[in-house]
Amino acid sequence: MAKPILIALALMFLAAMVLLPVVAIFDRAFAEGAGAYLAAIRDPETLAAIRLTIIAAMIVVPVNIVFGVAAAWLVARYRFWGRRALLILIELPFAMSPIVAGLCFLLIYGAYGPVGAALEPYGIQLMFNLIGIVLVSLFVTCPFVMREILPVLQVTGEAEEKAALTLGANGWQMFRHVVLPNISWGLAYGTVLTMARAMGEFGAVSVVSGAIRGRTMTLPLQIELLYNDYNATGAFAAATVLTLLALVTLVLRSVLNRFGPNREAHA
Amino acid sequence: MSFEALDIHKSFGDTPILKGVSLSVAPGEFVALLGPSGSGKTTLLNIIAGLAHADRGRLVLDGRDITRLPAGKRRFGMVFQSYALFRHMTVAQNVAFGLKVMEGARRPPRERIAARVGELLEMVELPDLADRYPAQLSGGQRQRVAMARALAIDPQLLLMDEPFSALDAQVRQSLRGEVRALQKQAGVGAIMVTHDRAEAWALADRIAVMDHGRIVQFDTPDALRDDPATESVRSLVEGVA
Amino acid sequence: MTALARPQPRILPGFSLSMGITLLFLCLIVLLPLSGLLWQLGQLGPGDYLRVMSSERVLAALRVTITAAAAATAINGVFGLILAWVLTRYRFPGRGLMDALVDLPFALPTAVAGIALVALYDRSGWVGQLLEPLGIQIAYTWWGIVIAMAFTSIPFAVRAIQPAIEELDRDEEQAALTLGATGRQMFFRVLLRPLLPSILTGIGLSFVRSLGEFGAVIFIAGNMPYETEIASLLILIRLDEFDYPAAAAVAGTLLALSLVLLVAINVMQNRLQSYLRSEG
Ligand SMILES: Nc1ncnc2c1ncn2[C@@H]1O[C@H](COP(=O)(O)OP(=O)(O)OP(=O)(O)O)[C@@H](O)[C@H]1O
Ligand SMILES: [Mg+2]
Repeated sequence: MAKPILIALALMFLAAMVLLPVVAIFDRAFAEGAGAYLAAIRDPETLAAIRLTIIAAMIVVPVNIVFGVAAAWLVARYRFWGRRALLILIELPFAMSPIVAGLCFLLIYGAYGPVGAALEPYGIQLMFNLIGIVLVSLFVTCPFVMREILPVLQVTGEAEEKAALTLGANGWQMFRHVVLPNISWGLAYGTVLTMARAMGEFGAVSVVSGAIRGRTMTLPLQIELLYNDYNATGAFAAATVLTLLALVTLVLRSVLNRFGPNREAHA
Repeated sequence: MSFEALDIHKSFGDTPILKGVSLSVAPGEFVALLGPSGSGKTTLLNIIAGLAHADRGRLVLDGRDITRLPAGKRRFGMVFQSYALFRHMTVAQNVAFGLKVMEGARRPPRERIAARVGELLEMVELPDLADRYPAQLSGGQRQRVAMARALAIDPQLLLMDEPFSALDAQVRQSLRGEVRALQKQAGVGAIMVTHDRAEAWALADRIAVMDHGRIVQFDTPDALRDDPATESVRSLVEGVA
Repeated sequence: MTALARPQPRILPGFSLSMGITLLFLCLIVLLPLSGLLWQLGQLGPGDYLRVMSSERVLAALRVTITAAAAATAINGVFGLILAWVLTRYRFPGRGLMDALVDLPFALPTAVAGIALVALYDRSGWVGQLLEPLGIQIAYTWWGIVIAMAFTSIPFAVRAIQPAIEELDRDEEQAALTLGATGRQMFFRVLLRPLLPSILTGIGLSFVRSLGEFGAVIFIAGNMPYETEIASLLILIRLDEFDYPAAAAVAGTLLALSLVLLVAINVMQNRLQSYLRSEG
């Protein structure tokens, strides 16, 4: 009765709304043939954008991991004044428009902002360069690692950690041998999410990057540039790179869902 | 090693849980901590292990004040109620953990650790399961691993929180004797928390009867039977001895 | 509540370290930038703020953003519920793929989503081609904005509703059926009511997300002032003109709107849940 109709509806909606656009990316990227596609990918500006995107992500991801693990540990294992406010603050970037986020950074760290102006005499510039890109990427990816680890920590509990302490482990040994193996799956997925988002962020980065051709263009910005230059093959070819990254993220998610331990904790 | 807990107080919020508890363990002695659910047994054991702070009171080991010594520095072997085995380590790695994390000079060389682990697994009669993970063990086997892990660090005091509560009656019976034998063999003082008075009677040199955050009587099983301090102890004793 | 200044050290190690790292990061990356916006707004003063906000163009941009977000949310409310239901209740070949597809808009960078949607809906695109003879245009119109917003916020609706469907009491459904409830009665009484908190949460989150969406929208929007210009784009335009106060005013308004909605979602969820529970 209702079942086939509902499944059909759901399938049609997803196919039209989600699947088709992704197929269209590849269709346009290869519209002029595989040769044109490869040439577009090898374009020096596009390669420079890919390089910058990877460099930025390589800074953002480790910093976010350190923050995410520390914040999850703090929130999961201790009760302290302001704990709830802290949680809300960590989630806040997720709900903010990326343009507003970028603007916030410009207003404080830019040349006219209090911090930016104070640093200017020393020749330190935080916006319109790699630092600015890294800062806003940290903002937009802020909750990703923490959010994956927190439920795992809450479900596994403190017992093993306390056992390690009674056996003489110091803090680092407890973390290294007991906590880390327990959170490794969540950490892995949080890392992948952070990486995908850091590489794909568009709005916030476009506010603070300065968009200097070949210098401060990340891959998403380069896509916009090519697109506005009516270089469709170039834009869609660059887009396929990020699309593949997104698909890898999804595959990893389902792998972790199926084989990772403690995933029921996430329900 | 003789151990003493003196006048321990502990509250959670405004609720007093321990109201001046004192306890002592002579070298090699086996003390059972017996009392109804919620009487504060686990809380007391955690304080002794260094896994909780007392509001007031002192802990003394061989004349030395260890009240503020962190858990890791006390070298007390603890067997947790749910065992708290490291789920991603094999049985052998679980048992070896306490030896591996020892500080530089005190840490035995690798071969010595392996030999000691083999010895301990022999002792708890699990030599064939060294490479299994905790999830692949039965309840009784897990209990033995937890025991071996706690004994591996050559503890100054052995603490056990209802070590048999997760086991069925038969396994419980057979493990009881083994635990006592292991403790004797290691020559270590022990405190075991239990609900089960028969267990306390079968194992302990002395029994501390706890109720509502106090120790109402602390004496040998015979003394408890012959001279119960209160009505509640009398009813507890009846039908056991 | 006996927080930071407790005399005895905490049992589990790492409190000071993790607190230090967390606070340092949050101050530099979240709090300081937010205070930058507040600082700029503070310099603006209420009169200037009202002048900025009452300009025709700003009002039009807000109207476009909010109406499009509402329409996208309506679409996602209906299809989000259907998708969540199908994914939790039915087992069929291809279900795993479907589940993964739901997350695709979340994983796909917004700029990529933006040009992909144009490629699909503009005159030469697969869907645009079909619609053109009918006189329907989606790309570069208000509808394009709706489609883009719906695309990026699907996962939020579905994932918010799913857990509630998992928790639904099947016995109650069965009982209702055996008591002779018709399908429709059952849907509204037994299903919709307990699901209401999470449906509202789902569409609330999807609305907030749509309000702030930028990358997916600007390619397909047309970006005509007064007609297809969204608030986020207007902020960017003011920024490029170095009109920081105006940019801050619009941004502050957008941020406040999102925050109020988020708090409202939270409060409503708690209220509704306790209300439903008390009804037993
Ligand atoms: N972290 C805590 N916060 C508040 N109250 C607690 C906490 N831990 C224990 N309590 C309370 O302290 C009392 C004693 O708890 P404890 O775990 O020591 O009891 P127990 O004697 O071990 O009981 P059982 O035999 O059931 O294990 C209980 O009333 C319990 O509710
Ligand atoms: Mg207990």
